[in-house]
Amino acid sequence: MLDFGMSVLPLARFQFAMTTIFHFFFVPMSIGLSLVVAVMETMYVIKKQKIYQNMAKFWGKIFLLSFAVGVVTGLIQEFQFGMNWSEYSRFMGDIFGAPLAIEALLAFFLESTFIGVWMFTWDRFKPFWHAVMIWMVFLGSSISALWILTANSFMQHPVGFKISSATGRAQMTSFKALLTNPQLWYEFPHVVFGAFVTGAFIMAGMSAWMIFRKQSTEFFRKSMRIGLVIGFIACLGSAASGDLQTRYVMNEQPMKFGATEGIYNKTADPAPWAIFQLTNPTKKTANAKIEVPDMLSILAYHRLNASVKGMNEANTSLHQKYDHQFGKKMNYYVPVNTLFFAFRTMAAGFGALAGLAVLGLWFSRKRKNTIGKQRWLTILLSIATFGPFIVNTSGWLITELGRDPWVVYGLLPISAAVSPSTSAAAVLFTNIVYFLLFLALASFMFFYAKKALYKGPESVDDTPDQKTEDPFSKEAFSK
Amino acid sequence: MSFLQLLWYAVIGLLFIIFLVLDGADFGAGMATKLLAFRPNESNLILRTISPHWDGNEVFLVTAAGGMFASLPLWYASLFSGFYLLLFLALVSLIFRGVSFEFNNVAETPFGKNAWMWINCISSATTTFFFGMLFTDMIQPLPIDKNGNVFVSLSNVINPLSILGGIALTAFCLYQGLHYISLHTDGMIRYKAARLNINLYWLAYPVEFLFVIALFFQTNFFVNHLVATIVFLVLIVASTISGQFMTFSDKEIKAYLSSTLSIAFLVMLIFTGLFPNVLIAKNPANSLLIKNVSSSPYTLKVMTIVLCILLPILLIYFAWSYSVQWKRFTLKDIAKNGSQY
Ligand code: HDD
Ligand code: HEM
Ligand code: HEM
Repeated sequence: MLDFGMSVLPLARFQFAMTTIFHFFFVPMSIGLSLVVAVMETMYVIKKQKIYQNMAKFWGKIFLLSFAVGVVTGLIQEFQFGMNWSEYSRFMGDIFGAPLAIEALLAFFLESTFIGVWMFTWDRFKPFWHAVMIWMVFLGSSISALWILTANSFMQHPVGFKISSATGRAQMTSFKALLTNPQLWYEFPHVVFGAFVTGAFIMAGMSAWMIFRKQSTEFFRKSMRIGLVIGFIACLGSAASGDLQTRYVMNEQPMKFGATEGIYNKTADPAPWAIFQLTNPTKKTANAKIEVPDMLSILAYHRLNASVKGMNEANTSLHQKYDHQFGKKMNYYVPVNTLFFAFRTMAAGFGALAGLAVLGLWFSRKRKNTIGKQRWLTILLSIATFGPFIVNTSGWLITELGRDPWVVYGLLPISAAVSPSTSAAAVLFTNIVYFLLFLALASFMFFYAKKALYKGPESVDDTPDQKTEDPFSKEAFSK
Repeated sequence: MSFLQLLWYAVIGLLFIIFLVLDGADFGAGMATKLLAFRPNESNLILRTISPHWDGNEVFLVTAAGGMFASLPLWYASLFSGFYLLLFLALVSLIFRGVSFEFNNVAETPFGKNAWMWINCISSATTTFFFGMLFTDMIQPLPIDKNGNVFVSLSNVINPLSILGGIALTAFCLYQGLHYISLHTDGMIRYKAARLNINLYWLAYPVEFLFVIALFFQTNFFVNHLVATIVFLVLIVASTISGQFMTFSDKEIKAYLSSTLSIAFLVMLIFTGLFPNVLIAKNPANSLLIKNVSSSPYTLKVMTIVLCILLPILLIYFAWSYSVQWKRFTLKDIAKNGSQY
C-alpha cells in the first residue's frame, strides 16, 4: 500500500487528540450552558418574571447549537476506539466497554429524549414541569461525564482487574472498584466544575460583548451577572478540586507532577515555585527561571518546609517497577515543556477568570451600575468567552500527555494499542477530512451563534426590552 | 457458548433493529424532504415531525456500538478497524445529518435553510447506504489473520451483494420514513407520501430478487442455515408485499408495521446467517466465533444486570416522549411557527 514512509501510530495519536479536543470544546459548553439555562428557567418559575423565560429561551438557542456539535463529535469517539485502537479494544474491552455502554443507556438516552421534549413544549407544559425537562438534560449530561470519566480513570489508575492468564488481556474483577476509583473522585468534580466555568463564562462573555455594543443592555446585564456568579463559584470549585488533584497526582504519578513543575531532581527544602522556565529535556536542565521562594512547598504540602521529588527519581522508580515486564528501553519521561506551560495556563486561566468575575460583578451591581462605561472591562470579558476552551484543553493535555508512554497506566504502552490492520494512508486521509470538517463545523457554529446573539432577546419575545439604557447614566442625561 | 454470550449477541441484534426501525424512519423522512416535498414549508413540515426524536433514536446506534464493545469486544475491534473507511464514510454522513437539523433551524436566509435541507436529505441517504453495505460486507468470508485482524481489499467492500445491500436498506428506510410521514401529518402531504410509497415499493421486488442471488453466491448462508435463511427471505418479501398492499388500502398503521417487520427480518437474516460466527474468515480456522470474542462471564453478568434495570426504565420515558408529542402536523402549524422552536 501507499505509506509515504509514515507509520500509523503518530497519525492515530494525532487523530485521537484532535477529535477528543474538538469534542471537549462542546462537552463542557453543553454541560455548562444546560446548567445556566436550567437556573434561569428555575428563576422564572420562582420569580414569575417574563425576562427569565426570555433568558432561558435566548441562551437555550446557543445551548442547542453546542449540543448539536457535541453529539456529532461524540459519535466519532464512540467508533474510533474500534477503528484506530483495535488492539486497545481487545486488551481493554472487558473493562472499558461497560462504562461506555452504561453511559449510553443511562445518560445519552436521558439527555437526548428530554432535550427533544424541552425544545418543543414551551407552551405545552406548566413552567415548573418545563423546567424539570431541562434539569433532566443537565442530569443526563452530568451522568454522562461521570461514566466516561470512570473509563478514563481506569486508564490513569487501573483498579479492580486482573490480567487473564489464558488470553493476556485485562479482565474485570470488581465493578465496584471501577466506581470507587480514587482517581475518578478527584477527576470528576474538577471536570464538572470546569464545565460550569465554561458555560458560565461563555454566557457572561457574550453578554459583555452586547453591553459593549450597547444593545438590550438590561437583559444582558442580568444574564452577565448570573453567568459571573455561577462562574465565580465554579472557579473556586475548580481550584479547590484542582488542589486536591495536584496532591493526588504527586503521589500516584510523580513523573506527571515533576513535569508540570519542570523539576528533575529532588528540590531544596523549602521548595521554590517556577512561574516561568525553559526546560531542555535532552540535557535535563532548566533555564530562564523566574521563581517564587517557598511557594511549591505551600502548593504541594500546604506547609512551609517540605521538598518535592523530581522526574529523575520518578524515572528510577518506574524502571525498577516495570523493567522486568516491559524492558529497560522504555522512555518514561513525558513532554515536560508542554506539561509545564499547560499547567501554568490552567492556573493563570483560573486567576484571570475569577478576577474578571469579581470586577464584572462589582461594576454591574444594582446600586451603582457603570458596566456600560467600563469599555475595557467589557472587552476583557468578551475575550474571556474563549478562555475556558483554552483552559480545559490545557488540563486534558496534562492528564493525557502526562500518562506517556502508557495508554493504560502500567499495563499497555501506546505503541501496542494501535490497529494493525489500518494503513497510514487511510488514517492520514481521515485526519485531513476530519480537520476540514471540524473547521467547517466550528465556523458555522461561530457564525450562527453570533447571528443568534445579534438578533438579541427580542427574537424570542415580542415585548420590547424597555430598559435598554440606564436612565441615570450620563449619556441619558445629555440627550 | 454460554447463555449470556448468546443473549448479548441477540441484544446487539435487537439494538440494531430498534435503531434501524426508529432512526430508519428519520432517515427516510430526511430523504423525503426533497423527494416528496418541493415547497420549503412542506420540507419543514416533514422535518418538524422527526426533529424531537432523531437524536434519541440515534442513541440506539451508540448503545449498539457500546454494547458490542462491552460484551463482544473482539468483534467490535475487528469489525470497526477492518471496515475503517466504510465506517468513516457512514460517520461523516451521520455528522452532516446530525448538525443539519439545528443549523437548518437557525439559518436565516432561504438559501441557507435550503442548503441544510439538502444536506439532511443526502446525508440520510448515504448513511443508510453505507450501513447497508457494512451489514452485507460483514457476512461474506473475509481475509482475517490469526489474530483476528481483518485486511479488506476493495472487492471486500464494494461488490454486488454489498451494493444491493446498500440499496435495499436505503429503500426500506425510505418506505419506513414515508409511512411515518403518513402517520404524523395531515393534508396533501399525508396522501402524497402514501402514493409515492406505493410506487416505490415496485422497486423492492427486483432488488430483493437480485439480493437473494448475490446472497447465494457470496455467502455461506444457504449452506450453513438453509432453513432459517429461506424463512427470513420469504418473510422479507411477504412483509414488503404487505407494506405495499396496506398502503394501497389506506391502512397506515399496518403499513408502518409491515415495513418495520421488513427491516427487522433483514437484520435477523444477517444475525442468524452469521451465527455462531461474528466474522467469517476465508480460512475457516481464523473465523471469529461468538464464544471466543466475548467479555468475561463476570463482565457479561454485570452488563446483563445493568441492562435489565435500565432498559425498561428508558423504554418507558422514551415511549412517553413520543406519545406526549404525538400530533398530526399540518402546513398550518408550520406557517405559524416555521420549523422554529
Ligand atoms: C466530561 C465529559 C465527557 C467526556 C470526557 C466525553 N464526553 Fe462525549 N459527551 C458528553 C460528555 C463527555 C456530553 C456532555 O454528554 C455530550 C456532549 C454534548 C452532548 O450532546 O452530550 C457528549 C456526547 C457524546 C455522544 C453523542 C450522544 C448523543 O447522541 O446524544 C457520544 C457517542 C459520546 N459523547 C461519546 C464519547 C466518548 C466515546 C468519549 C471518550 C473519548 C467522550 N464522549 C468523551
Ligand atoms: C474518557 C475519556 C478519554 C479517554 C478514554 C481517552 C483515551 C485516550 C487514548 C486511548 C489516547 C491515545 C493514546 C495516546 O496517543 O496517548 C489519548 C490521547 C489523548 N487524549 Fe485522551 N482520552 C479521553 C478523554 C480525553 C479528552 C476529553 C481530551 C481532551 C480534550 C483528551 C485529550 C487527549 C490528548 C490531547 C491525547 C493525545 C496525547 C498524545 O498525542 O499522545 N482525552 N486519550
Ligand atoms: C478555571 C479553572 C480550571 C479549569 C477549567 C480546569 C480544567 C481542567 C481539566 C478539564 C483537566 C483535565 C481533566 C482532569 O484530569 O481532571 C484539568 C486537569 C488538572 N487540573 Fe485543572 N482546571 C482549572 C483550574 C485548576 C487549578 C487552579 C489547579 C491547581 C490548583 C488545577 C489542577 C489540575 C491538575 C493537577 C490536573 C491534572 C490531573 C491529572 O492529571 O489527573 N486546575 N484541569
